[in-house]
Amino acid sequence: MIYREAGQYKTSYAADQAIFPILQDRIGLAILLLVAFVGAPLVASDYILSTILIPFLVFSVAALGLNILTGYCGQLSLGTGGFMACGAYAAYKFATAFPELNIVFVFLLSGGVTAMVGVVFGVPSLRIKGFYLAVATLAAQFFLIWLFTKVPWFVNYSPSGVISAPPRSVFGFYVTGIEATSHAKYIFCLSFVALLALVAKNLVRGRVGRAWMAIRDMDIAAEIIGIRPLHTKLLAFAVSSFYCGVAGALWAFIYTSSVEALAFDINRSFQILFMIIIGGLGSILGSFLGAAFIVLLPILLNAGPTAMGAPLSTSTIAHLELMTFGALIVFFLIVEPHGLARLWQIGKEKLRLWPFPH
Amino acid sequence: MDAVLDFLFGPLKEIWAYPTFFVEVVVGGLLTGVMYSLVALGFVLIFKASGVFNFAQGAMVLSAALSFVGFNELGAPLWLALVLALALMIGLAFVIERVVLRPLVNQAPIILFMATIGVTFFIDGFFQMLWGEDVKRLDVGIPKDPIEISGVLVNTFDIVAAVVAGTLVATLAFFFQSTRIGRALRAVADDHQAAQSVGIPLQTIWVIVWSVAGIVALVAGIMWGSKLGVQFSLALVALKALPVLILGGFTSIPGAIIGGLIIGVGEKVAEVFWAEKIGGGIEDWFAYILALFFLMFRPQGLFGERIIERV
Amino acid sequence: MSLYRFGSALLGAAILAAPMALPAPALAQANEQFIPSLSYRTGPFGPNGTPFADGYLDYFKMINARDGGINGVKITYEECETAYNTDRGVECYERVKAKGPTGATAIVPLSTGITYALIERTAQDKIPMLTSGYGRSDGSDGRVFPWMFTLPATYYSQMDAIVQFIKSKEGGALKGKKISYIYHDSAFGKEPLPVIQRLSKELGFELSEFPVPNPGVEQKAIWLRIGRQIRPNYVIMWGWGVMNPTAITEAAAVGFPRDKFIGVWWAGSEQDVTPPGDAAKGYMAANFHGAGKDYKFMRDIENTVLKPGQGTGEARHVGTVLYNRGAINAAMVVEAVRTAQERYGNKPMTGEQVRWGFENLNLNPQRLASMGFEGFMPPLKTSCADHEGGGVVRIQQWDGKKWNWVSDWIEPNRKMLREMYEAGSAQYAKEKNITPRDCAKQS
Repeated sequence: MIYREAGQYKTSYAADQAIFPILQDRIGLAILLLVAFVGAPLVASDYILSTILIPFLVFSVAALGLNILTGYCGQLSLGTGGFMACGAYAAYKFATAFPELNIVFVFLLSGGVTAMVGVVFGVPSLRIKGFYLAVATLAAQFFLIWLFTKVPWFVNYSPSGVISAPPRSVFGFYVTGIEATSHAKYIFCLSFVALLALVAKNLVRGRVGRAWMAIRDMDIAAEIIGIRPLHTKLLAFAVSSFYCGVAGALWAFIYTSSVEALAFDINRSFQILFMIIIGGLGSILGSFLGAAFIVLLPILLNAGPTAMGAPLSTSTIAHLELMTFGALIVFFLIVEPHGLARLWQIGKEKLRLWPFPH
Repeated sequence: MDAVLDFLFGPLKEIWAYPTFFVEVVVGGLLTGVMYSLVALGFVLIFKASGVFNFAQGAMVLSAALSFVGFNELGAPLWLALVLALALMIGLAFVIERVVLRPLVNQAPIILFMATIGVTFFIDGFFQMLWGEDVKRLDVGIPKDPIEISGVLVNTFDIVAAVVAGTLVATLAFFFQSTRIGRALRAVADDHQAAQSVGIPLQTIWVIVWSVAGIVALVAGIMWGSKLGVQFSLALVALKALPVLILGGFTSIPGAIIGGLIIGVGEKVAEVFWAEKIGGGIEDWFAYILALFFLMFRPQGLFGERIIERV
Repeated sequence: MSLYRFGSALLGAAILAAPMALPAPALAQANEQFIPSLSYRTGPFGPNGTPFADGYLDYFKMINARDGGINGVKITYEECETAYNTDRGVECYERVKAKGPTGATAIVPLSTGITYALIERTAQDKIPMLTSGYGRSDGSDGRVFPWMFTLPATYYSQMDAIVQFIKSKEGGALKGKKISYIYHDSAFGKEPLPVIQRLSKELGFELSEFPVPNPGVEQKAIWLRIGRQIRPNYVIMWGWGVMNPTAITEAAAVGFPRDKFIGVWWAGSEQDVTPPGDAAKGYMAANFHGAGKDYKFMRDIENTVLKPGQGTGEARHVGTVLYNRGAINAAMVVEAVRTAQERYGNKPMTGEQVRWGFENLNLNPQRLASMGFEGFMPPLKTSCADHEGGGVVRIQQWDGKKWNWVSDWIEPNRKMLREMYEAGSAQYAKEKNITPRDCAKQS
């Protein structure tokens, strides 16, 4: 009753092609942006900002990146961790080599470097498909981590191989380093994420995104209708790696503020892959929902029994947590194999008809 | 340029100078490769019969070994512990089929892959809660002494492992080629619907495949467990099996063995002779580069089934 | 659409997370000292993290049961599972840091990765961080790292001590000898590289380095090279978790003598030598405290915690190396609080006060005796500049059943180490724009 499009007329092509053609969506978006930018920093504690919302935002960017490659272009990648590491180390090099450079450009540049690396490792995708393609990206994963562990130049010759973010500010507010408040970090992160999400949404609904999806659905057919596979696949690798690189840089600079290459090991790649499958392949919203699921669930599960004062031994709780996590993944897949984004969509369809089901 | 040439060909001189050592490295690589194959086999079985990439194989290796040692510690003799662990793995196969696979029938492979990840977390938590997270010693009486055969050092344990793997592959090959169930399995692998329409019960077949994979996991768990001790990290050996799987092809049992041997020898030779100049520790990515190299020529893996696509 | 959807996800997250934002039940001015435990009982390092966490908590339970707390201040604690993941460690830290009447007393992260991630955070939140025998060695320089404590010894000290031990075994000179160094390819394993490289130059032994990629389940190539080609006089290993038993098994497989093989103190627990069985006989490892149960405080734990059935974990872990290490870490925290109370009064201490306690810790033989630590660890004394406080190391050997001492307490080359700490901390201070404290002005 509340959520319906009846009575909203489009009088121009531009209006018809808007990202949010329905008025209610636009209002909802405005409210939610307001909540995210103003409400959350006012209400949320430091703990929530710095250990739940910031990692959630960072993971969302990585999931967006992987979703572009895997969800939209259909190229399975297990190299996300490696690309994130690439972004983190590139950002560190840029930030320390050019201390005057604004941190925003540092992040964008590191994304650019990662995009180039991604293209290199994307080349085998022209010949190899499906699970076999995972090998090329796994090679990237292991090789990049090895490279950053081995070459001391990447860490400015620090003997332990750990990089830590130098203090940098935007508009006079510190966003990295010891003086940065979690509020500044959160707002900075959020702006980045909002912008990147907008770009991603527009990419995937434009010509480029359609080409990606054509390749995903059937590459031979796509080739016949005039889509160049080389060009399209490599572009997907580049854009995806750009996002992963920025995510890695945000991770190292904003979230943990000090990082060693092992933080981006193969488990990280799997973690991001879980996010997009749980959230929904080929969906921008799905990347966010998946990231929320994977980041929040363990924390909630972990905090749950402690809060209730369950008389269980700590190791039992830790194991129960793993079991619940696994069971919930299976449960959600059985309920809705196409991810949480699909659930949301079904919910909206129902809402359109509500309260009259026919 | 000279530096590059020296890097690439310098170690060849070393190999030439110490041929016995080179042979030792190759033999060591072959025997390690066999250990990888043991884990890779479990993946192949399930992928072959149901098209599922079973992420939980590593967790199954861990849980099988944990149960085996656990029953043994409870006082069961080795043979009984083996039987009980087998029974548990078969029970697990039943549960997975009933709870996970059946509701997800006809879903895309990636969804099933994700479901096996859920299973992984569950198994990891469940079996560690059952048996504790302690490191457990596993000794089934395989000798671990080094012996020299005409100047080449080999380890008796590795030889035993190779024999076990060989027997396992032979048995599996026989099972698939010459038994009724085996033929049914292959039929299901070729075409689910066609198999079902000639009266092969799909669900039973899945239980059988997962049980066999569980048995393979138990063997792999015992072999790796006697080497590393039975602890959570056993689940991580699955990562070493991935390049083997990709190189050999997801659907070929001999491929898993040949792939294991190639990866084993390749990574050991590279690590021993080439790694030092570039900092060492290259085994992990070298295995993937090697697999990638082979895939460039055969995109479906060395022994994988050819993918034919039509528009 | 994306932003709208994203926003809704965010809102959902906020709602879900809201209950956790509520502060812990207000225990205003309760006479309690809150000490968190960042532990890991699952994941690849769970087998090693479990006994440590058990010992850590059991010691606090013992202090509460035996003495009624620290000078009457009861210890409360909470465990948070990090699974050895840096990001989860950070989350745990943020979750526990403000609990209790005075916030977290001290943080013991038990992971080099988490340590690095928390260096700045603990300094900002004014919570001392105790990294006993891991983490950043140059953190011993209290002028640059006021909130980090590396007592009783760092990796640098340990490496120097191990090399000294080898030197004494090799008849007092290492010239022309060969030593191989196998290490976990991470910040942890790379940490002592500068020391052994320097010693190799100074003492004239030939060094070969072998990084082992995480997690280290496969080391055949390395051991073939060591055992069949290089054939070093000694092998030193910096390993953790499954890497250790694998290395010992592979050493046996190539016939490398185990009594020429010395591990870091994280490679010297029962968990490391159990899987290889007989192959581990003769294997040595460094340590900074005793193993076994034959100490007064262990008997106290036995009587006041374990007998009444209050033990945290399984009884068979009690007295193992890692259990005792958990206990010694707990004891350092307790003694720091006690020291702080001497100055600030017998009430719950804040992080800043505990920091002072850590910095003025003087565990002389009398103090150790009153703690029940006689024969368990050597005396220790910290200062504003020296946050390591003593740094003696001992070598133990596994005889198939238990660990036995095979050396006396070895005093590392303090002068060389101090010089290296200061070089490292100076570089850190420069990167972070930190002005080192002037220790002459500290009270």
